[in-house]
Amino acid sequence: MKHLKDLQVRAVELLRPGYAVLRLTDEEVFPEMQPGQFVEIRVDGSPETFLRRPISINFVDRDTNELWLLVHAVGKGTEILTKMRAGDKLNCLYPLGQGFSMPSEPNQRLLLIGGGVGTAPLLYFGKLLRDAGHEPVFLLGGKTEGDILQRELFEKYGRLCCTTEDGSLDTKGFVTNHSILEEDFHAIYTCGPKPMMKAVAAFAKKHKIYCEASLENMMACGLGVCLCCVEKTVQGNRCVCMEGPVFDVNDLDW
Amino acid sequence: MAQLQVNIGNLQLQNPVMTASGTFGYGFEFADLVDLDRLGGIIVKGTTLNPREGNDYPRMAETAQGMLNCVGLQNKGVDYFCTYIYNAVKNLKTNVLVNVSGSSPEDYAECAARIAELDNIPGIELNISCPNVKDGGMSFGTSCTAAASVVKAVRQRYPKTLIVKLSPNVTDITEIARAVEAEGADSVSLINTLMGMSIDIERRCSRLSIGTGGLSGPCIKPVALRMVWQVAKAVKIPVIGLGGISNATDALEFLMAGATAIQIGTANFLDPAVTMKVIDGINTWLDAHGVKDIHDIIGTI
Repeated sequence: MKHLKDLQVRAVELLRPGYAVLRLTDEEVFPEMQPGQFVEIRVDGSPETFLRRPISINFVDRDTNELWLLVHAVGKGTEILTKMRAGDKLNCLYPLGQGFSMPSEPNQRLLLIGGGVGTAPLLYFGKLLRDAGHEPVFLLGGKTEGDILQRELFEKYGRLCCTTEDGSLDTKGFVTNHSILEEDFHAIYTCGPKPMMKAVAAFAKKHKIYCEASLENMMACGLGVCLCCVEKTVQGNRCVCMEGPVFDVNDLDW
Repeated sequence: MAQLQVNIGNLQLQNPVMTASGTFGYGFEFADLVDLDRLGGIIVKGTTLNPREGNDYPRMAETAQGMLNCVGLQNKGVDYFCTYIYNAVKNLKTNVLVNVSGSSPEDYAECAARIAELDNIPGIELNISCPNVKDGGMSFGTSCTAAASVVKAVRQRYPKTLIVKLSPNVTDITEIARAVEAEGADSVSLINTLMGMSIDIERRCSRLSIGTGGLSGPCIKPVALRMVWQVAKAVKIPVIGLGGISNATDALEFLMAGATAIQIGTANFLDPAVTMKVIDGINTWLDAHGVKDIHDIIGTI
Protein backbone atom coordinates (compact mmCIF):
# COMPACT_ATOMS: atom_id res chain seq x y z
CA MET A 1 0.00 0.00 0.00
CA LYS A 2 1.39 3.36 -1.08
CA HIS A 3 0.72 6.47 0.99
CA LEU A 4 0.63 10.12 -0.02
CA LYS A 5 0.77 12.35 3.03
CA ASP A 6 2.18 15.49 4.58
CA LEU A 7 4.68 14.22 7.13
CA GLN A 8 5.98 16.42 9.89
CA VAL A 9 9.66 17.17 10.32
CA ARG A 10 10.41 16.38 13.97
CA ALA A 11 14.12 17.14 13.80
CA VAL A 12 16.91 17.82 11.34
CA GLU A 13 20.34 16.56 12.28
CA LEU A 14 23.16 18.14 10.29
CA LEU A 15 25.84 15.44 10.09
CA ARG A 16 28.32 17.68 8.26
CA PRO A 17 27.87 20.56 5.81
CA GLY A 18 25.55 19.38 3.02
CA TYR A 19 24.46 16.17 4.78
CA ALA A 20 21.39 16.00 7.00
CA VAL A 21 19.16 13.36 8.52
CA LEU A 22 15.50 14.40 8.41
CA ARG A 23 13.51 12.71 11.16
CA LEU A 24 9.88 12.66 9.99
CA THR A 25 6.85 11.65 11.96
CA ASP A 26 3.10 11.27 11.56
CA GLU A 27 0.02 10.93 13.79
CA GLU A 28 -0.53 7.47 12.36
CA VAL A 29 1.86 4.59 12.88
CA PHE A 30 4.13 4.26 9.85
CA PRO A 31 3.27 1.30 7.61
CA GLU A 32 5.63 -1.60 7.09
CA MET A 33 8.60 -0.48 5.02
CA GLN A 34 11.32 -2.65 3.52
CA PRO A 35 14.94 -1.57 3.80
CA GLY A 36 15.98 -0.27 0.38
CA GLN A 37 12.57 1.20 -0.38
CA PHE A 38 12.37 4.97 -0.90
CA VAL A 39 10.24 8.08 -0.48
CA GLU A 40 9.36 10.61 -3.22
CA ILE A 41 9.34 14.07 -1.66
CA ARG A 42 7.75 17.17 -3.08
CA VAL A 43 10.09 20.13 -2.75
CA ASP A 44 8.47 23.53 -2.57
CA GLY A 45 10.17 26.88 -2.70
CA SER A 46 12.43 26.51 -5.73
CA PRO A 47 11.41 27.39 -9.28
CA GLU A 48 14.22 25.13 -10.50
CA THR A 49 12.82 22.10 -8.70
CA PHE A 50 9.92 20.60 -10.59
CA LEU A 51 9.84 16.87 -9.88
CA ARG A 52 9.75 15.04 -6.57
CA ARG A 53 13.07 13.91 -5.11
CA PRO A 54 13.55 10.20 -4.42
CA ILE A 55 15.32 9.61 -1.09
CA SER A 56 16.01 6.15 0.34
CA ILE A 57 14.81 5.14 3.79
CA ASN A 58 17.70 5.49 6.23
CA PHE A 59 15.96 4.14 9.31
CA VAL A 60 12.52 3.49 10.78
CA ASP A 61 12.34 3.94 14.53
CA ARG A 62 9.25 2.06 15.70
CA ASP A 63 9.61 3.27 19.31
CA THR A 64 9.33 6.94 18.36
CA ASN A 65 7.38 6.44 15.08
CA GLU A 66 10.09 8.18 13.07
CA LEU A 67 11.09 7.76 9.46
CA TRP A 68 14.67 8.91 8.83
CA LEU A 69 15.93 10.18 5.49
CA LEU A 70 19.60 10.92 4.91
CA VAL A 71 19.86 13.71 2.36
CA HIS A 72 23.00 14.88 0.57
CA ALA A 73 22.64 18.35 -0.97
CA VAL A 74 23.69 17.71 -4.57
CA GLY A 75 21.34 20.20 -6.22
CA LYS A 76 18.69 22.81 -5.45
CA GLY A 77 16.01 20.31 -4.39
CA THR A 78 18.16 18.34 -1.98
CA GLU A 79 19.72 21.57 -0.71
CA ILE A 80 16.28 22.82 0.31
CA LEU A 81 15.60 19.49 2.02
CA THR A 82 18.75 19.70 4.13
CA LYS A 83 17.65 23.16 5.29
CA MET A 84 14.23 22.05 6.57
CA ARG A 85 13.39 22.86 10.17
CA ALA A 86 11.52 21.07 12.94
CA GLY A 87 7.78 21.64 12.51
CA ASP A 88 7.90 21.93 8.70
CA LYS A 89 5.71 19.61 6.63
CA LEU A 90 6.91 17.54 3.69
CA ASN A 91 4.56 15.97 1.17
CA CYS A 92 5.75 12.37 0.83
CA LEU A 93 4.82 9.41 -1.38
CA TYR A 94 5.94 6.16 0.28
CA PRO A 95 7.06 3.43 0.54
CA LEU A 96 8.13 2.88 -3.07
CA GLY A 97 10.01 0.17 -4.94
CA GLN A 98 11.34 -3.25 -4.03
CA GLY A 99 13.84 -3.28 -1.18
CA PHE A 100 16.61 -5.67 -0.16
CA SER A 101 15.48 -9.24 0.37
CA MET A 102 15.88 -10.80 3.81
CA PRO A 103 17.85 -14.09 3.68
CA SER A 104 15.61 -17.14 3.76
CA GLU A 105 18.13 -19.24 5.75
CA PRO A 106 18.82 -18.42 9.45
CA ASN A 107 22.13 -17.27 10.97
CA GLN A 108 23.67 -15.83 7.82
CA ARG A 109 26.89 -13.83 7.71
CA LEU A 110 26.23 -10.90 5.40
CA LEU A 111 28.38 -8.12 3.99
CA LEU A 112 26.72 -4.73 3.44
CA ILE A 113 28.88 -2.47 1.26
CA GLY A 114 28.07 1.23 0.96
CA GLY A 115 29.75 4.22 -0.63
CA GLY A 116 29.09 7.90 0.06
CA VAL A 117 25.45 8.69 0.80
CA GLY A 118 24.65 5.20 -0.53
CA THR A 119 25.30 3.92 2.97
CA ALA A 120 21.89 5.33 3.99
CA PRO A 121 19.61 2.29 3.41
CA LEU A 122 22.18 -0.13 4.88
CA LEU A 123 21.60 1.19 8.41
CA TYR A 124 17.96 0.10 8.56
CA PHE A 125 18.73 -3.09 6.66
CA GLY A 126 21.51 -3.90 9.13
CA LYS A 127 19.19 -3.40 12.07
CA LEU A 128 16.54 -5.72 10.63
CA LEU A 129 19.15 -8.34 9.79
CA ARG A 130 20.55 -8.18 13.34
CA ASP A 131 17.02 -8.39 14.80
CA ALA A 132 16.40 -11.50 12.67
CA GLY A 133 19.47 -13.20 14.11
CA HIS A 134 21.88 -12.68 11.23
CA GLU A 135 25.39 -11.26 11.43
CA PRO A 136 25.68 -8.13 9.30
CA VAL A 137 29.17 -6.73 8.64
CA PHE A 138 29.34 -3.19 7.25
CA LEU A 139 31.99 -2.08 4.78
CA LEU A 140 31.65 1.65 4.10
CA GLY A 141 33.78 3.70 1.75
CA GLY A 142 34.41 7.41 1.22
CA LYS A 143 36.98 9.88 -0.02
CA THR A 144 37.94 10.86 3.51
CA GLU A 145 37.01 10.10 7.12
CA GLY A 146 34.27 12.74 7.21
CA ASP A 147 32.45 11.03 4.34
CA ILE A 148 31.68 7.95 6.44
CA LEU A 149 28.48 8.98 8.15
CA GLN A 150 26.57 7.53 11.13
CA ARG A 151 29.47 5.29 12.19
CA GLU A 152 28.31 5.01 15.80
CA LEU A 153 24.87 3.84 14.63
CA PHE A 154 26.23 1.19 12.28
CA GLU A 155 28.42 -0.14 15.12
CA LYS A 156 25.27 -0.89 17.14
CA TYR A 157 24.21 -3.52 14.64
CA GLY A 158 27.44 -5.15 13.47
CA ARG A 159 31.15 -4.95 12.87
CA LEU A 160 32.14 -1.81 10.93
CA CYS A 161 34.96 -1.72 8.39
CA CYS A 162 35.88 1.37 6.39
CA THR A 163 37.98 2.43 3.45
CA THR A 164 39.01 5.99 2.62
CA GLU A 165 40.72 7.13 -0.54
CA ASP A 166 43.13 9.32 1.45
CA GLY A 167 43.75 6.74 4.17
CA SER A 168 42.40 9.02 6.94
CA LEU A 169 40.32 6.15 8.36
CA ASP A 170 40.92 2.38 8.35
CA THR A 171 42.09 0.89 5.02
CA LYS A 172 43.36 3.26 2.31
CA GLY A 173 41.74 2.83 -1.10
CA PHE A 174 38.39 1.59 -2.36
CA VAL A 175 35.97 -0.83 -0.71
CA THR A 176 37.32 -3.61 -2.91
CA ASN A 177 40.77 -3.13 -1.33
CA HIS A 178 39.58 -4.07 2.19
CA SER A 179 40.81 -7.35 3.69
CA ILE A 180 37.32 -8.18 5.01
CA LEU A 181 36.54 -9.39 1.50
CA GLU A 182 38.84 -12.35 2.13
CA GLU A 183 36.41 -13.66 4.75
CA ASP A 184 33.40 -15.85 3.95
CA PHE A 185 29.94 -14.34 3.50
CA HIS A 186 26.62 -15.85 2.47
CA ALA A 187 25.57 -12.76 0.55
CA ILE A 188 26.61 -9.21 -0.29
CA TYR A 189 24.33 -6.17 -0.50
CA THR A 190 25.54 -2.89 -1.93
CA CYS A 191 24.45 0.69 -2.47
CA GLY A 192 26.54 3.60 -3.68
CA PRO A 193 28.17 5.01 -6.80
CA LYS A 194 27.67 2.79 -9.84
CA PRO A 195 31.40 2.13 -10.48
CA MET A 196 31.71 0.89 -6.88
CA MET A 197 28.62 -1.32 -7.17
CA LYS A 198 29.86 -2.74 -10.47
CA ALA A 199 33.21 -3.61 -8.84
CA VAL A 200 31.38 -5.23 -5.91
CA ALA A 201 29.10 -7.15 -8.30
CA ALA A 202 32.11 -8.38 -10.26
CA PHE A 203 33.75 -9.56 -7.02
CA ALA A 204 30.56 -11.36 -5.94
CA LYS A 205 30.12 -13.03 -9.32
CA LYS A 206 33.76 -14.17 -9.35
CA HIS A 207 33.38 -15.75 -5.91
CA LYS A 208 29.84 -17.03 -6.63
CA ILE A 209 28.31 -15.05 -3.77
CA TYR A 210 24.67 -13.92 -4.03
CA CYS A 211 24.63 -10.12 -4.41
CA GLU A 212 21.99 -7.39 -4.54
CA ALA A 213 22.61 -3.78 -5.60
CA SER A 214 20.43 -0.71 -5.05
CA LEU A 215 20.43 1.69 -8.02
CA GLU A 216 19.70 5.41 -8.03
CA ASN A 217 18.85 6.25 -11.65
CA MET A 218 17.17 9.61 -12.25
CA MET A 219 13.43 9.29 -11.78
CA ALA A 220 10.28 11.24 -12.46
CA CYS A 221 7.16 9.39 -11.28
CA GLY A 222 8.47 6.81 -8.78
CA LEU A 223 5.51 4.58 -9.66
CA GLY A 224 6.70 2.71 -12.76
CA VAL A 225 4.63 4.65 -15.26
CA CYS A 226 6.91 7.20 -16.96
CA LEU A 227 9.64 4.64 -17.79
CA CYS A 228 12.39 7.26 -17.44
CA CYS A 229 14.60 5.55 -14.83
CA VAL A 230 15.25 2.31 -16.71
CA GLU A 231 18.30 0.09 -16.30
CA LYS A 232 19.33 -2.53 -18.85
CA THR A 233 18.72 -6.01 -17.50
CA VAL A 234 18.86 -9.50 -18.94
CA GLN A 235 15.11 -9.10 -19.55
CA GLY A 236 15.45 -5.72 -21.28
CA ASN A 237 14.88 -2.24 -19.86
CA ARG A 238 13.29 -2.30 -16.42
CA CYS A 239 12.13 0.52 -14.16
CA VAL A 240 14.44 1.15 -11.23
CA CYS A 241 11.64 2.88 -9.31
CA MET A 242 9.17 0.00 -9.37
CA GLU A 243 11.05 -3.20 -10.21
CA GLY A 244 14.07 -1.95 -8.27
CA PRO A 245 15.76 0.01 -6.85
CA VAL A 246 17.25 -3.25 -5.52
CA PHE A 247 18.20 -5.86 -8.12
CA ASP A 248 19.94 -9.23 -8.02
CA VAL A 249 23.17 -8.30 -9.83
CA ASN A 250 22.83 -11.41 -12.02
CA ASP A 251 19.70 -9.81 -13.52
CA LEU A 252 21.58 -6.64 -14.49
CA ASP A 253 23.32 -6.20 -17.81
CA TRP A 254 26.58 -5.18 -16.12
CA MET B 1 -23.45 19.41 -8.31
CA ALA B 2 -23.36 20.44 -11.96
CA GLN B 3 -23.87 18.09 -14.87
CA LEU B 4 -20.34 17.01 -15.84
CA GLN B 5 -20.99 14.34 -18.43
CA VAL B 6 -19.52 14.88 -21.90
CA ASN B 7 -19.42 12.78 -25.06
CA ILE B 8 -16.48 12.04 -27.33
CA GLY B 9 -17.95 10.37 -30.40
CA ASN B 10 -20.02 7.49 -29.04
CA LEU B 11 -18.10 7.54 -25.83
CA GLN B 12 -19.76 8.86 -22.69
CA LEU B 13 -17.44 10.31 -20.05
CA GLN B 14 -18.89 10.84 -16.56
CA ASN B 15 -16.71 13.95 -16.35
CA PRO B 16 -14.18 15.55 -18.71
CA VAL B 17 -11.06 14.53 -16.75
CA MET B 18 -8.91 11.84 -18.35
CA THR B 19 -5.31 10.77 -17.78
CA ALA B 20 -2.73 11.20 -20.52
CA SER B 21 -0.92 8.27 -22.07
CA GLY B 22 2.46 7.43 -20.58
CA THR B 23 1.84 9.31 -17.34
CA PHE B 24 -0.62 7.00 -15.59
CA GLY B 25 0.54 3.51 -16.58
CA TYR B 26 -2.45 1.19 -16.78
CA GLY B 27 -4.21 2.94 -13.91
CA PHE B 28 -3.66 0.24 -11.29
CA GLU B 29 -0.28 1.76 -10.35
CA PHE B 30 -2.33 4.64 -8.86
CA ALA B 31 -5.07 2.50 -7.27
CA ASP B 32 -3.82 3.15 -3.70
CA LEU B 33 -3.93 6.91 -4.26
CA VAL B 34 -6.84 7.59 -6.63
CA ASP B 35 -10.42 6.30 -6.97
CA LEU B 36 -9.96 5.16 -10.58
CA ASP B 37 -13.72 4.69 -11.06
CA ARG B 38 -14.23 8.45 -10.68
CA LEU B 39 -12.10 9.32 -13.70
CA GLY B 40 -13.65 10.34 -17.00
CA GLY B 41 -11.19 8.02 -18.70
CA ILE B 42 -7.76 6.47 -18.60
CA ILE B 43 -5.55 6.44 -21.69
CA VAL B 44 -3.03 3.71 -21.15
CA LYS B 45 0.61 3.67 -22.19
CA GLY B 46 1.50 3.80 -25.90
CA THR B 47 1.15 0.34 -27.40
CA THR B 48 2.67 -0.97 -30.61
CA LEU B 49 2.14 -4.11 -32.69
CA ASN B 50 5.51 -5.53 -31.62
CA PRO B 51 7.37 -5.05 -28.31
CA ARG B 52 9.75 -2.09 -28.17
CA GLU B 53 12.69 -1.54 -25.83
CA GLY B 54 12.65 2.24 -26.16
CA ASN B 55 15.71 4.48 -26.06
CA ASP B 56 18.77 4.22 -23.85
CA TYR B 57 19.03 5.86 -20.43
CA PRO B 58 19.13 8.82 -19.68
CA ARG B 59 15.63 9.47 -20.90
CA MET B 60 14.61 12.40 -18.73
CA ALA B 61 15.75 15.91 -17.84
CA GLU B 62 14.07 18.30 -15.46
CA THR B 63 13.48 21.81 -16.84
CA ALA B 64 11.96 25.03 -15.51
CA GLN B 65 8.33 24.08 -14.73
CA GLY B 66 8.56 21.00 -16.87
CA MET B 67 10.49 17.97 -18.00
CA LEU B 68 11.91 16.46 -21.15
CA ASN B 69 11.60 12.77 -21.93
CA CYS B 70 12.83 10.52 -24.70
CA VAL B 71 11.40 7.19 -23.56
CA GLY B 72 10.74 6.11 -27.15
CA LEU B 73 7.55 4.05 -26.81
CA GLN B 74 8.92 1.28 -24.60
CA ASN B 75 6.12 -1.29 -24.31
CA LYS B 76 5.58 -5.04 -24.39
CA GLY B 77 3.44 -5.04 -27.52
CA VAL B 78 -0.29 -5.34 -28.19
CA ASP B 79 -0.50 -9.09 -27.61
CA TYR B 80 0.94 -8.70 -24.11
CA PHE B 81 -1.65 -6.00 -23.44
CA CYS B 82 -4.50 -8.19 -24.67
CA THR B 83 -3.33 -11.28 -22.76
CA TYR B 84 -2.14 -9.84 -19.44
CA ILE B 85 -3.01 -6.19 -18.90
CA TYR B 86 -6.56 -6.25 -20.23
CA ASN B 87 -7.79 -8.55 -17.45
CA ALA B 88 -6.51 -6.13 -14.84
CA VAL B 89 -8.31 -3.11 -16.32
CA LYS B 90 -11.46 -4.47 -17.95
CA ASN B 91 -13.64 -4.21 -14.86
CA LEU B 92 -12.90 -0.59 -14.03
CA LYS B 93 -15.99 1.60 -14.08
CA THR B 94 -14.20 4.23 -16.14
CA ASN B 95 -13.37 4.26 -19.86
CA VAL B 96 -10.03 2.62 -20.53
CA LEU B 97 -8.64 3.63 -23.92
CA VAL B 98 -5.42 2.42 -25.49
CA ASN B 99 -2.89 4.75 -27.06
CA VAL B 100 -1.74 3.09 -30.29
CA SER B 101 1.48 3.81 -32.15
CA GLY B 102 3.31 2.26 -35.07
CA SER B 103 5.91 2.61 -37.78
CA SER B 104 3.61 2.13 -40.81
CA PRO B 105 -0.11 2.60 -41.52
CA GLU B 106 -0.41 -1.22 -41.66
CA ASP B 107 1.18 -1.53 -38.18
CA TYR B 108 -1.23 0.99 -36.72
CA ALA B 109 -4.21 -0.72 -38.35
CA GLU B 110 -3.23 -4.21 -37.22
CA CYS B 111 -2.61 -3.06 -33.65
CA ALA B 112 -5.96 -1.22 -33.62
CA ALA B 113 -7.78 -4.26 -35.04
CA ARG B 114 -6.49 -6.46 -32.21
CA ILE B 115 -7.64 -3.94 -29.60
CA ALA B 116 -11.04 -3.69 -31.33
CA GLU B 117 -11.66 -7.30 -30.24
CA LEU B 118 -11.50 -6.35 -26.55
CA ASP B 119 -15.10 -5.71 -25.41
CA ASN B 120 -14.29 -3.32 -22.59
CA ILE B 121 -11.93 -1.04 -24.51
CA PRO B 122 -14.37 1.44 -26.09
CA GLY B 123 -11.82 3.49 -28.00
CA ILE B 124 -8.24 4.17 -28.97
CA GLU B 125 -6.06 7.21 -29.21
CA LEU B 126 -3.86 7.12 -32.29
CA ASN B 127 -0.43 8.49 -31.51
CA ILE B 128 0.90 10.18 -34.65
CA SER B 129 2.94 12.59 -32.58
CA CYS B 130 5.66 10.79 -30.60
CA PRO B 131 8.83 12.90 -31.06
CA ASN B 132 11.18 10.21 -29.71
CA VAL B 133 11.19 7.45 -32.32
CA LYS B 134 13.02 7.37 -35.64
CA ASP B 135 10.51 5.28 -37.55
CA GLY B 136 6.94 6.50 -37.66
CA GLY B 137 5.63 8.36 -34.62
CA MET B 138 5.75 12.08 -35.21
CA SER B 139 6.62 11.75 -38.90
CA PHE B 140 2.98 10.72 -39.46
CA GLY B 141 1.71 13.71 -37.54
CA THR B 142 3.62 16.45 -39.31
CA SER B 143 2.13 16.22 -42.80
CA CYS B 144 -1.53 16.17 -43.77
CA THR B 145 -1.01 13.37 -46.30
CA ALA B 146 0.81 11.07 -43.86
CA ALA B 147 -1.66 11.76 -41.05
CA ALA B 148 -4.58 11.08 -43.35
CA SER B 149 -3.03 7.81 -44.59
CA VAL B 150 -2.71 6.42 -41.05
CA VAL B 151 -6.21 7.44 -40.01
CA LYS B 152 -7.66 6.02 -43.22
CA ALA B 153 -5.93 2.66 -42.69
CA VAL B 154 -7.05 2.44 -39.05
CA ARG B 155 -10.59 3.64 -39.71
CA GLN B 156 -11.14 0.73 -42.12
CA ARG B 157 -10.37 -1.75 -39.36
CA TYR B 158 -11.42 0.03 -36.20
CA PRO B 159 -15.16 0.68 -35.69
CA LYS B 160 -15.15 2.14 -32.15
CA THR B 161 -14.23 5.62 -30.94
CA LEU B 162 -11.10 6.84 -32.70
CA ILE B 163 -9.19 9.77 -31.20
CA VAL B 164 -6.10 11.09 -32.99
CA LYS B 165 -3.36 12.68 -30.88
CA LEU B 166 -1.74 15.60 -32.66
CA SER B 167 1.78 16.94 -32.61
CA PRO B 168 2.43 20.61 -31.82
CA ASN B 169 5.69 20.43 -33.80
CA VAL B 170 4.05 21.69 -36.99
CA THR B 171 3.51 24.99 -38.77
CA ASP B 172 -0.29 24.83 -38.71
CA ILE B 173 -1.92 22.28 -36.41
CA THR B 174 -5.41 23.08 -37.74
CA GLU B 175 -4.52 21.65 -41.17
CA ILE B 176 -3.57 18.30 -39.64
CA ALA B 177 -6.71 18.32 -37.49
CA ARG B 178 -8.89 18.89 -40.56
CA ALA B 179 -7.06 16.16 -42.48
CA VAL B 180 -7.73 13.51 -39.82
CA GLU B 181 -11.31 14.69 -39.37
CA ALA B 182 -11.87 14.19 -43.10
CA GLU B 183 -10.71 10.57 -42.78
CA GLY B 184 -13.25 9.80 -40.09
CA ALA B 185 -11.54 10.50 -36.76
CA ASP B 186 -14.13 10.90 -33.98
CA SER B 187 -11.99 13.32 -32.01
CA VAL B 188 -8.56 14.91 -31.83
CA SER B 189 -6.45 15.23 -28.69
CA LEU B 190 -3.72 17.83 -28.41
CA ILE B 191 -0.99 18.57 -27.69
CA ASN B 192 1.65 15.87 -27.48
CA THR B 193 5.05 17.06 -26.22
CA LEU B 194 7.02 19.89 -27.80
CA MET B 195 10.45 18.87 -29.05
CA GLY B 196 13.17 20.29 -26.87
CA MET B 197 16.69 19.89 -25.57
CA SER B 198 18.82 20.33 -22.45
CA ILE B 199 22.61 20.42 -22.25
CA ASP B 200 24.91 19.62 -19.33
CA ILE B 201 27.63 22.26 -19.72
CA GLU B 202 30.08 20.47 -17.39
CA ARG B 203 29.94 17.21 -19.32
CA ARG B 204 29.38 19.13 -22.57
CA CYS B 205 26.68 16.82 -23.84
CA SER B 206 22.92 16.55 -24.08
CA ARG B 207 21.14 15.35 -20.96
CA LEU B 208 19.15 12.92 -23.14
CA SER B 209 20.53 9.79 -24.79
CA ILE B 210 19.16 10.64 -28.23
CA GLY B 211 19.94 14.35 -28.00
CA THR B 212 16.38 15.67 -28.00
CA GLY B 213 13.17 14.89 -26.14
CA GLY B 214 9.56 15.93 -25.65
CA LEU B 215 8.81 18.82 -23.30
CA SER B 216 5.80 18.56 -20.99
CA GLY B 217 4.51 20.23 -17.84
CA PRO B 218 3.15 23.68 -16.94
CA CYS B 219 5.75 25.42 -19.15
CA ILE B 220 3.92 24.24 -22.30
CA LYS B 221 0.41 25.16 -21.16
CA PRO B 222 0.03 28.51 -22.96
CA VAL B 223 1.10 26.92 -26.26
CA ALA B 224 -1.26 23.98 -25.77
CA LEU B 225 -4.15 26.26 -24.85
CA ARG B 226 -3.65 28.39 -27.96
CA MET B 227 -3.57 25.33 -30.21
CA VAL B 228 -6.70 23.85 -28.63
CA TRP B 229 -8.49 27.16 -29.18
CA GLN B 230 -7.40 27.23 -32.84
CA VAL B 231 -8.30 23.60 -33.54
CA ALA B 232 -11.66 23.80 -31.77
CA LYS B 233 -12.63 26.55 -34.21
CA ALA B 234 -11.33 24.60 -37.22
CA VAL B 235 -13.05 21.22 -36.77
CA LYS B 236 -16.54 19.95 -35.92
CA ILE B 237 -15.43 16.86 -33.98
CA PRO B 238 -14.79 17.18 -30.22
CA VAL B 239 -11.33 18.29 -29.11
CA ILE B 240 -9.55 16.84 -26.08
CA GLY B 241 -7.11 19.32 -24.58
CA LEU B 242 -3.88 18.52 -22.80
CA GLY B 243 -0.51 20.10 -22.15
CA GLY B 244 0.57 21.24 -18.69
CA ILE B 245 -2.80 20.98 -16.95
CA SER B 246 -2.08 20.86 -13.22
CA ASN B 247 -5.25 22.05 -11.49
CA ALA B 248 -8.94 22.83 -11.98
CA THR B 249 -8.23 26.37 -13.17
CA ASP B 250 -6.02 25.05 -15.97
CA ALA B 251 -8.70 22.50 -16.90
CA LEU B 252 -11.41 25.17 -17.01
CA GLU B 253 -9.22 27.32 -19.28
CA PHE B 254 -8.99 24.45 -21.77
CA LEU B 255 -12.73 23.80 -21.61
CA MET B 256 -13.47 27.48 -22.27
CA ALA B 257 -10.95 27.41 -25.15
CA GLY B 258 -13.04 24.70 -26.78
CA ALA B 259 -11.95 21.35 -25.31
CA THR B 260 -14.81 18.95 -24.61
CA ALA B 261 -12.55 16.91 -22.32
CA ILE B 262 -9.05 17.29 -20.94
CA GLN B 263 -6.16 15.02 -20.05
CA ILE B 264 -3.78 15.31 -17.13
CA GLY B 265 -0.25 14.11 -17.77
CA THR B 266 2.96 15.24 -16.13
CA ALA B 267 1.05 16.66 -13.14
CA ASN B 268 0.39 13.04 -12.07
CA PHE B 269 4.11 12.78 -11.25
CA LEU B 270 4.03 15.78 -8.94
CA ASP B 271 0.77 14.89 -7.23
CA PRO B 272 -0.48 11.37 -7.97
CA ALA B 273 -3.92 12.36 -6.62
CA VAL B 274 -4.23 15.51 -8.77
CA THR B 275 -7.00 14.07 -10.99
CA MET B 276 -9.40 13.84 -8.06
CA LYS B 277 -8.64 17.46 -7.10
CA VAL B 278 -9.30 18.62 -10.66
CA ILE B 279 -12.67 16.84 -10.84
CA ASP B 280 -13.70 18.31 -7.48
CA GLY B 281 -12.35 21.73 -8.41
CA ILE B 282 -14.27 21.90 -11.70
CA ASN B 283 -17.44 20.95 -9.87
CA THR B 284 -16.89 23.53 -7.14
CA TRP B 285 -16.24 26.29 -9.67
CA LEU B 286 -19.34 25.45 -11.72
CA ASP B 287 -21.50 25.44 -8.58
CA ALA B 288 -19.99 28.68 -7.32
CA HIS B 289 -20.77 30.35 -10.64
CA GLY B 290 -24.26 28.89 -10.97
CA VAL B 291 -23.36 26.86 -14.06
CA LYS B 292 -25.66 23.84 -14.20
CA ASP B 293 -24.11 22.05 -17.17
CA ILE B 294 -20.46 21.91 -18.15
CA HIS B 295 -21.44 22.38 -21.81
CA ASP B 296 -22.36 25.95 -20.92
CA ILE B 297 -18.67 26.82 -20.58
CA ILE B 298 -17.15 24.66 -23.32
CA GLY B 299 -15.88 26.72 -26.25
CA THR B 300 -17.14 30.01 -24.90
CA ILE B 301 -13.97 31.96 -25.71
